[in-house]
Amino acid sequence: MLILGIDTSTTAISVALHDGDRVVAQATTLDARAHAEHLAPGIRAALDQAGAAPRDVTGVVVGIGPGPFTGLRVGIVSGRTFAFALGLPVHGLCSLDALAHEAWLGGHRGGLLVATDARRKEVYAAEFLLDEGGLTRLAGPVVSRAAELQHDWRRLPIAGRGPLLYPADLPGPPEDGSEPSGIPLPRDVSAGALADLAVRRLADGDPADPLDGLEPLYLRRPDVSKAPPSQKSTLG
Amino acid sequence: MTDEPLVLGIETSCDETGVGIVRGETLLVDTVASSVEEHARFGGVVPEVASRAHLEAMVPTIERACREAGVSLRDLDAIAVTSGPGLAGSLLVGVAAAKALAVALDRPIYGVNHLASHVAVDIVEHGPLPEPTMAMLVSGGHSSLLLVPDVTNDVRSLGSTMDDAAGEAFDKVARVLGLPFPGGPHIDRAAREGDRIAIDFPRGLTSRRDLERHRFDFSFSGLKTAVARWVEMRHRDGEAVPVADVAASFQEAVVDVLTRKAVLACKDNGVDHLLIGGGVAANSRLRALAEERCTKAGIALRVPRPGLCTDNGAMVAALGAQMVAKGREPSDLGLPTDSSMPVQLVQS
Repeated sequence: MLILGIDTSTTAISVALHDGDRVVAQATTLDARAHAEHLAPGIRAALDQAGAAPRDVTGVVVGIGPGPFTGLRVGIVSGRTFAFALGLPVHGLCSLDALAHEAWLGGHRGGLLVATDARRKEVYAAEFLLDEGGLTRLAGPVVSRAAELQHDWRRLPIAGRGPLLYPADLPGPPEDGSEPSGIPLPRDVSAGALADLAVRRLADGDPADPLDGLEPLYLRRPDVSKAPPSQKSTLG
Repeated sequence: MTDEPLVLGIETSCDETGVGIVRGETLLVDTVASSVEEHARFGGVVPEVASRAHLEAMVPTIERACREAGVSLRDLDAIAVTSGPGLAGSLLVGVAAAKALAVALDRPIYGVNHLASHVAVDIVEHGPLPEPTMAMLVSGGHSSLLLVPDVTNDVRSLGSTMDDAAGEAFDKVARVLGLPFPGGPHIDRAAREGDRIAIDFPRGLTSRRDLERHRFDFSFSGLKTAVARWVEMRHRDGEAVPVADVAASFQEAVVDVLTRKAVLACKDNGVDHLLIGGGVAANSRLRALAEERCTKAGIALRVPRPGLCTDNGAMVAALGAQMVAKGREPSDLGLPTDSSMPVQLVQS
């Protein structure tokens, strides 16, 4: 088994290869404005690092967001096309789940808010509960201004860049609380965590907990204005 | 002739998801999925709607092209893709898909200029290009006169529009006349019933002085305003607007300037071949007047069939195949998109 993981929903352009037991190669570049430049070289670098050829890949998993649209589409179309070219199965996973899973892998347990940059002064957010069995997404994903998220979410430990962008609105657990574990929480999606979560879910084979399909989680409609009036005065 | 390069081309610079496959100078398939109907209700192309449609159409369009051409992706020698100019978000979808193909299949990738592709497509339609070729590209996004010594690496701009593209003027005038988007075909149809000398609309940048300073440049913004003003006067006076006459007279003003300057460019540069490409090249009056004026001037006219004039993947494949045949170096896998890629830059 060799699963290619791809995620471009955050600032990270992240690629990983997972052999079913562990991540065997990972290539990540941080660049919010150049997803298409870095992704394909990243795939090639990960393959080289693993000493594998494209033909050795047995499946593809891609983060379907939510995330800023332009970058998000780069990852999804790349994953779909790579898989099509080699006749491989391709799966999608909510990118916020990958952030929660990385926190779980790092040892975090309990409640967790994932809040990532949605631009336009908003965040993409979802609430999770992490226990020994893994993660459960309790609510979300949603897109919202940080200040308008429900109060108890904003006092959870928070993964993603939300708290770096809106520290006043996303303060995390109160200072005197017993919540903070000292475990660092991830800020950008790692394709390694994404691929690991996919491998576990595929192994579980629980039909009630399938992967997420391949449609992007846009959560917003396109910005469109109505057609301009058919006649605009030119006579002044 | 299986030693000729087999190239798949991807085009997503605007609202058409195009995938074409070319072997050498032979077109095998040209597959296009268009989101134009989704844009019609907004009166123009909405970039985010176009980008979403490209994502959904990409793999199915590649699949259809391969099936219809009877080609397996493994047989390809190279991938070509439009890397600019165009809508940034749309270009990215095509370029990302092309790179994924290049990595998965371990083939070279050529990121090419959309405008040079519009020229190269005529190779699969009418054979090799004379060198140099004079090319006029007229579409919703471009109006350019190009001198093309070598379509794979030497394309020179003689002039272009200083404001609206010709196709843009068609869209805007169609709106004024209450005709649907995209305006080109509707104005062409309406004009057939009209009198093209009924109204003397202005010909931009054709005065003696303009022909010195902007000899091969175009301007259609003033024409568009003149049409809107003329129509508005009729409305104000409570008179019916003769849609067919306005359409015919407007169309005549556009194609008169285009063909006059194209023939002038051929004469000035001693070129006896004119190629017209881009969506507006599908206009029947432009084809007729260009034919008439070129014949009179002893210039051979080449216009690809309408389906190859509008945006498509075959034109990208055609240019890619030329690059492979001429031994040009492929692009780097890290190649960027460039929404305002200059026409002189054939490859990125």
